[in-house]
Amino acid sequence: MSGDHGSGARLPAAFLASDTSSFVEFLGRHAPDSLTPLTRSGGGPLDAPHATTIVALVCGDGVVMAGDRRATAGNVIASRDIVKVHPADAHSAIGIAGAAGIGLEMIRLFQVELEHFEKLEGTTLSLEGKATRLAAMVRGNLGMAMQGLAAVPLFAGWDLATRRGRIFSFDATGGRYTESDHHSIGSGSYFARGSMKKRWRPGIGTVDAAAVAVEALFDAADDDSATGGPDVVRRIWPVVAVIDADGYRELADADVEALVTDLLARRRDDGPTGAVPMVGGSPA
Amino acid sequence: MSQPFYVSPEQLMKDRADFARKGVARGRAVVVVAHAEGISFVGENPSRALHKVSEIYDRIAFAAVGKYNEFENLRVAGVRYADLRGYSYDRADVTARGLANAYAQTLGAVFTEQSKPYEVELVVAEVGATPADDQLYRLTYDGSVVEEHGVVAMGAGAEQIGLHLREHWSADLDGVAALRLAVAALGAAPLPDGATREVAPESLEVASLVRGRPRRSFRRHDVDEVRQVLPTG
Repeated sequence: MSGDHGSGARLPAAFLASDTSSFVEFLGRHAPDSLTPLTRSGGGPLDAPHATTIVALVCGDGVVMAGDRRATAGNVIASRDIVKVHPADAHSAIGIAGAAGIGLEMIRLFQVELEHFEKLEGTTLSLEGKATRLAAMVRGNLGMAMQGLAAVPLFAGWDLATRRGRIFSFDATGGRYTESDHHSIGSGSYFARGSMKKRWRPGIGTVDAAAVAVEALFDAADDDSATGGPDVVRRIWPVVAVIDADGYRELADADVEALVTDLLARRRDDGPTGAVPMVGGSPA
Repeated sequence: MSQPFYVSPEQLMKDRADFARKGVARGRAVVVVAHAEGISFVGENPSRALHKVSEIYDRIAFAAVGKYNEFENLRVAGVRYADLRGYSYDRADVTARGLANAYAQTLGAVFTEQSKPYEVELVVAEVGATPADDQLYRLTYDGSVVEEHGVVAMGAGAEQIGLHLREHWSADLDGVAALRLAVAALGAAPLPDGATREVAPESLEVASLVRGRPRRSFRRHDVDEVRQVLPTG
């Protein structure tokens, strides 16, 4: 990284300028090397670790986001306990799918960006504003995405203005989309979406929403080899975050374990179909 | 054509220092008090929007008196310094000592090189795991750094306020006692006619660094909170 950020020297002029409240913009001016995407030339596909499935669903009191714990590099499991869902700030969460290194760095930069703005301006960005900043950061990675190292976030948070949970999805070109009910990203997302479509309902309670999220990840892992199911041997569970009026919190391991145990028992007893009980008795 | 007068370097520096000192002494006072539960900042500031006390990083805060636009510039630079360092290395690598050093170099350079020194006085404070680990650095307009222990007073009447603080301060104060002490000390600065006065909670800006928080430990206290704590009457 270029630029002076050591100790013992006076603060450079760029630090004293008062023209931006964005850390990313400041970094782009003061230490552009740290933002310039790496360029790959030639070579075959790069087996960098990839992160997989993230789900998010709106519930009555806010929004729930959950992610499995697997990262894969080709056919190898690169990590069994990677954490892909993080707090973005006090009232929002971010999860990533795609190239893990790029995604986790994007999360770190986004966290600093939000905190930086909050400290300089004395107020937080609106939820829409945060999503717009994130979209710009995703677009900044377009060059890498075109070379096969795309990382795409899913963003969810409590909207302090409208007092409800909201979800935003993104594409590699920086497109930003509002998701009204639930959404999933990553290689297992098709299966997770199918699962949530059957299980989610408007105004769902927070605990039920967490159970639906865990089940959606289970269904994704059932059909997608890159998504990790609950690891009952090592007791590694999905990360489940709840964001509501009180802010961001993650469910304790014991609570997620209880949801998983419940789910496994149900699947064992009812068969692996995950069928939704029909109203008025089972179909003949 | 007028001949420029010869001014000796001693005289030049003295004039600049007098100028800056006068500017700082006009600013309403800010008091910093370290205590068992953290570090409290109390400033006389009727504005709710323009802060004299601010968050810099997880355990570091900034307090200033003097010219608002000048110390605001320094505050912004401090947040950028801290966030850049934390992003480049790790959150644990951002220290009050490093920031105080950067401020000292900056203030010193402005004092000697530019036509007008900054009319500011700053405190950079870092709350530690125990009261013994707390760090308070006071920086003046010329870039001097003084490491303070327990209490600092800056701005108008700083001398009397500081006397009151040192007389009544002890390391085992809790947060409430520290806030009461700070407010009493601000009232100890005599008015032009020599009388002491009551400081109204509405005219105070109060914030603290809370000891033992996992990450960001800075928080502001609103008027209601302050009113509840202060003895009435």
